[in-house]
Amino acid sequence: MTMRDPTTNPCRLCAPLGASLVFRGISGGMPLLHGGQGCATYIRRYLISHFREPMDVASSSFGEQAAVFGGEPNLHAGLDNLIRQYQPALVGVATTCLAETIGEDVPAMLRRWRMQHPDGPELVPVSTPSYQGSHVQGFHAAVAALVAHFAEPMALERTVALFPGMISPADLRHLREIAAGCGIEPILVPDYADTLDGPTLSEWTPLPTGGTTIADLRRLGGCRAGIQLGRCADPDPAAVLTAHAGTPASTLGLPLGVRSTDAFIQALTGILGTVPAPWLAAERGRLLDAYVDGHKYAAGARVAVVADEDLAAALAGWLTEIGCRVVLVGSGGRSGRLLSAVAAAGGPGDAAVADQDHAALADLIAAAQPDLLIGPSKCAPAARALDLPLVRCGFPIHDRLGAQRLLTVGYRGTLRLFDEVVNTLLARKQAGSEVGHAYL
Amino acid sequence: MDLLTDRQGSVARAGDGRAIVAGRRSVAGSVSQRACTFCGSRVVLYPIADALHLVHGPVGCAGYTWDIRGALSSGPQLHRLSFSTDMREQEVIRGGEKSLAHALRVLIGRHRPACAFVYATCIVGVIGDDVGAVCRTIEAETGIPVIPVASEGFKGTKKDGYAAACGALLDLMGRPGAGGPTIPKSVNIVGDFNVAGESWLIRSYLERMGIEVVACLTGDGRVDDIQRAPRAALNLVQCAGSMTRLAKAMRDRWNIPFEQVSFIGLEDTAAALYKAAELVGDADTLARTRELVRSEMAAVKPELARLRTDLEGRRAALYVGGAFKAFSLVRALRQLGMRTVMAGTQTGGGDDYEHLKSLVDPDTIIADDTNPLELAAFLQSERVDLFIGGVKERPIAYKLGIGFCDHNHERKIGLAGFAGMVSFAREVHATVTSPVWSLMPRQRVAP
Repeated sequence: MTMRDPTTNPCRLCAPLGASLVFRGISGGMPLLHGGQGCATYIRRYLISHFREPMDVASSSFGEQAAVFGGEPNLHAGLDNLIRQYQPALVGVATTCLAETIGEDVPAMLRRWRMQHPDGPELVPVSTPSYQGSHVQGFHAAVAALVAHFAEPMALERTVALFPGMISPADLRHLREIAAGCGIEPILVPDYADTLDGPTLSEWTPLPTGGTTIADLRRLGGCRAGIQLGRCADPDPAAVLTAHAGTPASTLGLPLGVRSTDAFIQALTGILGTVPAPWLAAERGRLLDAYVDGHKYAAGARVAVVADEDLAAALAGWLTEIGCRVVLVGSGGRSGRLLSAVAAAGGPGDAAVADQDHAALADLIAAAQPDLLIGPSKCAPAARALDLPLVRCGFPIHDRLGAQRLLTVGYRGTLRLFDEVVNTLLARKQAGSEVGHAYL
Repeated sequence: MDLLTDRQGSVARAGDGRAIVAGRRSVAGSVSQRACTFCGSRVVLYPIADALHLVHGPVGCAGYTWDIRGALSSGPQLHRLSFSTDMREQEVIRGGEKSLAHALRVLIGRHRPACAFVYATCIVGVIGDDVGAVCRTIEAETGIPVIPVASEGFKGTKKDGYAAACGALLDLMGRPGAGGPTIPKSVNIVGDFNVAGESWLIRSYLERMGIEVVACLTGDGRVDDIQRAPRAALNLVQCAGSMTRLAKAMRDRWNIPFEQVSFIGLEDTAAALYKAAELVGDADTLARTRELVRSEMAAVKPELARLRTDLEGRRAALYVGGAFKAFSLVRALRQLGMRTVMAGTQTGGGDDYEHLKSLVDPDTIIADDTNPLELAAFLQSERVDLFIGGVKERPIAYKLGIGFCDHNHERKIGLAGFAGMVSFAREVHATVTSPVWSLMPRQRVAP
């Protein structure tokens, strides 16, 4: 067996980060990481730098004794203290690599705590060792754990379970609007549209307002369908919903671009036989008009994409839709599905490379000779070294404001991104021009 | 504020006669702002720019610490890359020694570092990896020092990580060929990390005084310089919380006296320079120091006075890593006419808090290892106009419509020395006097 080379500048974070994000998207939800104190703090720092919002994550704060004799006393004390301070409606308990390695049985520990505290908050354990998968897999694992915890067969309602994947608060808000435009009030899991993009406060509140309510989580089994956005979700929460409540599942790409947004709207309206609201057609029309105005500037532009797998696939499909040449679709993800997801989105599967670090990606970007790079802040050093414009997109965005407001889904999000991509190409052309015209 | 039972001993008010309980592991479920042992080691050694810093463990720990310190280098940039053995399930089952050895061979061959540090993360000991043995093997193969750093996250607090880092530095200094005869009129700057070029500024002051800086530990650090550090005549210890242990060990081993100083704020900077002149200089050094302090003070005072007129009487809270920074900030804020109404640290000791209490006005809140809910309560009850902290503290201030100054290691603005005091005052002024606060839902009542 050949030895795997070390990683330089990781393009993945660990699974508990994704799980923490999910539990922040539940109304009254609070993440608790079972392990050492640092994991919670590092994850908080990373997420705060992206969302620029408070992001409290508790820890059971292992010491040496816990590492040797087990962390149950720490977990129980952590729950008690957390509940006293925050009065959460739900605590999501995600494991760290330490807890997993010493073999902690967190579900059993939670059951024992529950026997002493029958009226306590909902407790949802999820196994998220950082030596498996990535932050994205931790995200999906936490959504799947919520579904498994709450979903059970029940009478059907006129609603749909929507699993959006790891997208921005602005995207989540827009997905709700699109669904409403299709006559559906979906149960969105998670929904951190408000908890991670909230207003300034007149008085501090321990937990932010917003998020998927527990009442809605209990209604998951009554959904007519479960839709997973993103084809790389592993585990796939929609499939877990099927297993627990028999709900039909469908998996779509992220709705980025005309075709994939059409497919999303078609899927939504197909479930209940509803008709899309006129504003959706109007937005679609404006997007097509923009495509026409800008198509020549996008034509043949060589674009390299770096993102988590589902966003990478969606971007590759959309760039192909507008006539760009996608020369690289890079990701740190490890689902094993990137190539097929890119192809399913209409992009060039042969440009897909997964399980990469940023050092390797920088070499691949250089070799691909793009005109433009789309990716997170961690691509900034490569963009700078190659004198490439970087359109920031995805996670993390640590060197610009507004990551929580970046809209990338639906006709509206596509239009925003289209303008930015075309204008970035134009700016590059203008900067390199000897004449420097002030018109197109 | 309704404190958790286990936290009641860690919060007090100056003058209430209660000692602060400090130095403990963070309370489970409290949402500490502290990281872990690994973090303590990583931040101290990080600025050594020609070393390979390899994090042995699953990928997260390396990802979270990639290029997060604004510690500048005048030469190599190797420290800004983040290396990980990226341990996966197979290694957890079968052990990670082989992949560690392979990673070291590949990376040392690729980057030709002057030495390598191997940071152990939480699970390394649990799965039984003998990191020390792997390091010895690779050191014998490659001929460069390969130093294990026992920084398993759960093994203690951030402070224990400082200790592990100091141990690694001592290991380097104790190698054959290191050390040598004492250099007259020389110092080491210990515990400055060259954030935004601060070590360069401090070094320039000392050089203008005729004092040679043998090594900076660890700002803009180089392995060669660190190995020469035992030749200095004095250790000037700035970040006392992390580096006093190292200074004591160097005193015991090489007879180098040390002095705890600070280069934050005008008074403290001047006092630090005079102390250095007095301890290793002569009459000429002292004269040059006087001239330097006079001209630097004269250059910055008019601007500080101008800014002070808008800041007079404003109320500040601070929550920082170490106690010595807190001491300096209390004095620096006073120089701007501002009053510190809350001060806390992640890693201060019991004695540090007693000293802090003696510096602040009566009734000022003092807190060890506090958390977001406590901080939010303090900011509101003490009607704070300015909060000084790091990235994790920022949203607490901003959500409440309160000005904020980043004094942690991610900042890009140098705040040390005389010039740094002006930058600090300008940043404080920009945030405290911003017109945006008048629009916020929460309006502070004038004290």
